Amino acid sequence: MTRTVKEIQQGLADGQFSSVEITQDYLSKISLFNDKINCFITVTDDLALQQAKAADDLIAAGNGQPLTGIPLAHKDIYCTDGVKTSCASKMLDNFIAPYDATIIEKFKQSGAVMLGKTNMDEFAMGSSNENSYYGDVANPWDIERVPGGSSGGSAAAVAARLTPAATGTDTGGSIRQPAALCGISGIKPTYGRVSRYGMIAFGSSLDQGGPLAQSAEDCAIILQTMAGFDPRDSTSIEQPVPDYSASINQDIRGMKIGLPEEYFAEGLDADVAKVIMAAVDEYRKLGAEVIDIKLPNSGISIPVYYVVATAECSSNLSRFDGVRFGHRCDNPTDLEDLYKRSRTEGFGEEVKRRIMIGTYALSAGYYDAYYLKAQQLRRLIKQDYEKAFTEVDAIACPVTPEIAFKRGDKTDDPVSMYLQDIYTIALNLAGLPGMSIPAGFSQGMPVGLQLIGNYFEESRLLNLAHRYQQVTDWHLQAPELV
Amino acid sequence: MTLKIEDVRNIAQLARLQIDDSSVKQYATELSRILALAEQMSAVDTTDVTPMAHPMDATQRLRADEVTETDQRDKFQAIAPDVERGFYRVPKVIE
Repeated sequence: MTRTVKEIQQGLADGQFSSVEITQDYLSKISLFNDKINCFITVTDDLALQQAKAADDLIAAGNGQPLTGIPLAHKDIYCTDGVKTSCASKMLDNFIAPYDATIIEKFKQSGAVMLGKTNMDEFAMGSSNENSYYGDVANPWDIERVPGGSSGGSAAAVAARLTPAATGTDTGGSIRQPAALCGISGIKPTYGRVSRYGMIAFGSSLDQGGPLAQSAEDCAIILQTMAGFDPRDSTSIEQPVPDYSASINQDIRGMKIGLPEEYFAEGLDADVAKVIMAAVDEYRKLGAEVIDIKLPNSGISIPVYYVVATAECSSNLSRFDGVRFGHRCDNPTDLEDLYKRSRTEGFGEEVKRRIMIGTYALSAGYYDAYYLKAQQLRRLIKQDYEKAFTEVDAIACPVTPEIAFKRGDKTDDPVSMYLQDIYTIALNLAGLPGMSIPAGFSQGMPVGLQLIGNYFEESRLLNLAHRYQQVTDWHLQAPELV
Repeated sequence: MTLKIEDVRNIAQLARLQIDDSSVKQYATELSRILALAEQMSAVDTTDVTPMAHPMDATQRLRADEVTETDQRDKFQAIAPDVERGFYRVPKVIE
């Protein structure tokens, strides 16, 4: 049974099945396959069935909303009142969130059902989901391979159809990269579009939440509920939310799509490049005009990102001190010992590495050379895109330089792991929206096409993605689970 | 930039992390490699470029100075590692 969110909406409306029935189906599928894929940290069976029952009552009374009764899974980075919120860290293994993140509150108000909390890289730091206290997540297309990260649990769960859709967060590609490697659709909205309140912070000037789903159409439906101004998030943008589904089927004839020369240069796998160029041809057939463009400062985005993200993470993660919540070491001798041992025991290796780099970059005497320099370069990266968007309506490029790699292949070399993010991080630095959609296969593994839009042009991305999905069937393909 | 053993210890102290003697060398190597990556930034001239703090150059919103949070001390302390009579307990700080 694989149904899209749209199909479940229809089925619930027509009375083909109830939310309780469909929720039960997903829960039993999760109990069958989660051991193998490890995409859930917590499965909230009882809560899910309660919410499904309440949703069925709402629907029966004619009070259903678009997401009423729809089962969803949430990345374990979003605080969920009364439910363990671990961020895949030993630090928060005992943390029962005392409040809901804004987006969780919105899903509750809309009557959606929560199946559980998905696995991820610890504190969202990683590109392979090999940095989780709860173990690696397997790619459902080949369990020897990584699902990508950091929203690897969400992507794997959707790919395996253990949930119709899921939420994720994207600081440097953490929605788009796992979506690409698992063959599903995902959108990272404009910075400030989706509230960060209750989303455990990593790099606050980069973090943005968004949906992972089976189609662009489903992404539009989920994003509709997630997006919007939130006074509790100090960088949330006060701008009306358009109807994302309304414009999704618009004709794209005459639309100008830019291909950035720098994103097709050395380092891109030849088979991946072939898949991307075939997708671009599909857009030509749909009537889009394809134009070569330049983003000259692309090469600098990885160093800039790893300075900004680590600096912000070292600052954000200073709140985990073993005093008010989270892990505390046994028998601390003094306060200093309590801080140090609680943090040392609670954080995993990659998190500690990033805290160390960020602490160094922000320390006295180095701020100008690292953080300030990186913030200046961010402006140059943003200006590249601004210039590009005077010539084109959207940009198309790969999401990753290669298909999902084998688990364990890059764990010994942090820098080679960081290079996986080469095509995704510039967007976070500029704050732009980006989307990943399935565009084909290489060696039996999915390849994702990235679409980049101007600020607040999520509608255009969803429209472009949906038109492509009307003429191709890559997004309909799902792995066999055995 | 190659980090020395003392640099690693100094950063760890600032970050309130404990690095074992056995892994301090590995940290020095790995962190130096990441810093070498960061140093590629110096290749681009940024004279007179204003640092970017927010993609839309938004400034911090202000709100009226009114109480908006309710008292949830009991709820928050229910998940604390060690509390007593409404306070968070830590090892003795003042002699």
